[in-house]
Amino acid sequence: MSLEVIWFILVGVLLTGYAVLDGFDLGVGALHLFVKKDEDRRMLLNAIGPVWDGNEVWLVTGGGALFAAFPEAYATVFSGFYIPFMLLLVSLIFRAVAIEFRSKEPWKWWRTMWDIAFACGSIVSALLIGVAMGNIVRGIPLDADHEFAGTFVGLLNPYALTMGVTTVALFAMHGAIYIVMKTEGELQQKVRRWVPTLIGVFIACYSIFNLYTFIDVPRIVDLVRERSYIFLVAALGILVVLNIPREFSRGREFNAFLCSCLGMALMMATFGLSYFPNIVYSSPNPENSLTIANAASTPKTLGIMLVIATIGVPVVFAYTASIYYIFRGKTKLTSHSY
Amino acid sequence: MDVEILARVQFAFTVMFHYIYPPLSIGLGMVLVIMEAIWLKTGNVLYHNMARYWTRVFALTFAIGVASGIVLEFEFGTNWATYSRFVGDVFGSALAAEGIFAFFLESGFLAILLFGWNKVGPRLHFFSTCMVCFGAHFSAIWIVVANSWMQTPAGYHLETVVDGQPVRLPPGHVVTEADLGTVRAVIDDFWAMVFNPSSIDRLTHVILGAWMAGAFLVVSIAAFYLLRNRHLDFARASMKVGLSFGAVATILQMVSGDFTAKGVVENQPIKLAAIEGVYETESRTPMTLFGWVDEKSRTVHGPQIPGLLSFLAWNNANKPVVGLNDLPPDDFLRKQHPDATDAELAALRPSYWPRVNAVFQFYHIMIIIGVALLVLILTALFFWWKGWLFRTDWAPTRWLLAALVLSVLGPQIANQTGWFTAEMGRQPWIVYELLRTSEALSKVVRAEEILFSLILFFLIYALLFVLFLFLLTRKIQHGPEDAEATHEMPESWRAWIRADDRLPRAE
Repeated sequence: MSLEVIWFILVGVLLTGYAVLDGFDLGVGALHLFVKKDEDRRMLLNAIGPVWDGNEVWLVTGGGALFAAFPEAYATVFSGFYIPFMLLLVSLIFRAVAIEFRSKEPWKWWRTMWDIAFACGSIVSALLIGVAMGNIVRGIPLDADHEFAGTFVGLLNPYALTMGVTTVALFAMHGAIYIVMKTEGELQQKVRRWVPTLIGVFIACYSIFNLYTFIDVPRIVDLVRERSYIFLVAALGILVVLNIPREFSRGREFNAFLCSCLGMALMMATFGLSYFPNIVYSSPNPENSLTIANAASTPKTLGIMLVIATIGVPVVFAYTASIYYIFRGKTKLTSHSY
Repeated sequence: MDVEILARVQFAFTVMFHYIYPPLSIGLGMVLVIMEAIWLKTGNVLYHNMARYWTRVFALTFAIGVASGIVLEFEFGTNWATYSRFVGDVFGSALAAEGIFAFFLESGFLAILLFGWNKVGPRLHFFSTCMVCFGAHFSAIWIVVANSWMQTPAGYHLETVVDGQPVRLPPGHVVTEADLGTVRAVIDDFWAMVFNPSSIDRLTHVILGAWMAGAFLVVSIAAFYLLRNRHLDFARASMKVGLSFGAVATILQMVSGDFTAKGVVENQPIKLAAIEGVYETESRTPMTLFGWVDEKSRTVHGPQIPGLLSFLAWNNANKPVVGLNDLPPDDFLRKQHPDATDAELAALRPSYWPRVNAVFQFYHIMIIIGVALLVLILTALFFWWKGWLFRTDWAPTRWLLAALVLSVLGPQIANQTGWFTAEMGRQPWIVYELLRTSEALSKVVRAEEILFSLILFFLIYALLFVLFLFLLTRKIQHGPEDAEATHEMPESWRAWIRADDRLPRAE
């Protein structure tokens, strides 16, 4: 396997890590305003309290890895998606400080203000991540110098927006499952009742998105025909998600959450398999596409980074897992809580 | 307004705002390690309470630091795409290392530092605090390495693409307009890139500056409580930790400053000439203590000490420091402009200088503040040694404490102006003598888009800064909970406290 392929996979793993991990805390944010009592809202914030920060680092590292491994793709996408990415940054900032600031003061207006900032920041972040992703899947116009040749309005096409809404639905479902796992009593019962609806909404959105893909992006249809295993991976993803209610009915909340994580990972894998070897597909003018061949750093840099990753990533996995282990079980409010 | 100015203003503004917080995280991280170590060593619950209080202040700075840091990583791509294409192969590995080694470490163990008081034992908690502090330092390492590479590039060669194949360019290749987008810097030697000529000096300088920021914050808040006669045990102990740590950092910083400046003499003579306002090359080059530079007449006004600059630069008061009128040297200019006549070259020379007066002022503000902080902390140490430091009814002590309350601003301003000196002094280059700042922009981003995002960030950061100050002030007003530790402490922690009253409470 060439270094370029390894880094295509590694960047994918980092971004999948981001989707799976920050996905649930963005999802918790999306559902935040549907919970009314102050104590319950604090419960939600503290359920993600110790981990959201680390989850966001997956985005930073994913972005860093993209910069390092495929600088051309990083430069093209980030300058091309200028306005959406600036809005994404603003949303992420608001939601980060909202978590930190909200419970610092007891006033009602203060808490309501940050509740709204947290919820809106989370929803808009999820939406924009989805829109960016949708555009990448569909392909964006690139010129011969690999510079973005489209417009901001062009990025808000119905296909990308469908993907945006699907992402919000997916994260909300994922977040709800996480809340059920981390809470108990009345709050847990309440959120548990939402889960089937959220799964339904997500499956509906995802089906529409797939249908839309078959109509709007025929290239993917040809690819799936050629690489039939993609179909298996995609189907497995759906089956895993459909398994969630079954796990709940047997009281296995942790397994339900694992299924949700696995489902997301399989969806990302579907995307990666149907996209390889492109990194940024150009549509129209597919000959201008950025691929692992023309966007990558030199083998020397990729090799150095592979050493860094080989040392670093297992360590990261080990202590991330231990931290989740230390904070396992139901969330309790204490004087250190948000 | 043009794209270049807007993009530079945006980066300067967002990085300045960001840089209020990471030095505090690094410096306070060290303070937390020291306090928790004393607590574990002595079992004195006072230090446990201190560590908890400062952890809350730490959490506040950390959250804004992370949120404003993501912006910068994005901006490389959004605003400086051509730069990203050019340096990605070199710069990227440092950034990836920062993410994998530093950010994960910091944010992962932060969970235990902030929320783990009741979840893990004292030793594991201390370990986590060390890891957070270590992670904060590690992230400084990689980002300063990357920045130092932009100041003094090493361990790379330039490469272009001909017919889809990479072609190595000879050393000294001058990057022209036509090269942009195809020519890129490619790594030769990872360790030569990491240990480029300026990285160790600059890294030391940055970390000591961060330690000072953390130490003086602690000193300042402790002095405030002493003046108000509140939380006295807490304030005295915090003051002692802060002063000791701050004194070490400040004294070392003077040494590090000297090393850093000598590095600039060596590697970036134009920057050195600009920060000191030297135009004429003359023996016994004087040092201007403060003043201003008249860029039109190419003169500097202010009190001068003859020969001092020569002495500091070369350890030889007679050896001249090369002035701007001879920089950059003729052969460099000729390489950049092969077709220009001698007269044209002389006219082009100033276009390779930074804004001399601005760089001069920023540098001198940093130096003056640095010296003032040194004097202040030595005075405080003297008061401590004499036993006067906590005599809060005595006027000289009150004056000193008042000065210490204000001292928190010193390292902040010095850190910012120091970076201004470093970054403005590098202009017109983004990668020193390799790629111009004006060539590094994103080609597809328009001025209105940058203006829009600049205004957006300005509004948001203004709001965040006000909220940060408000919450910090509230936290200081509220103060530490004197009896915080004992009532909800788990057994494993309570067992650590030695109820022995003979223990050295801070007096």
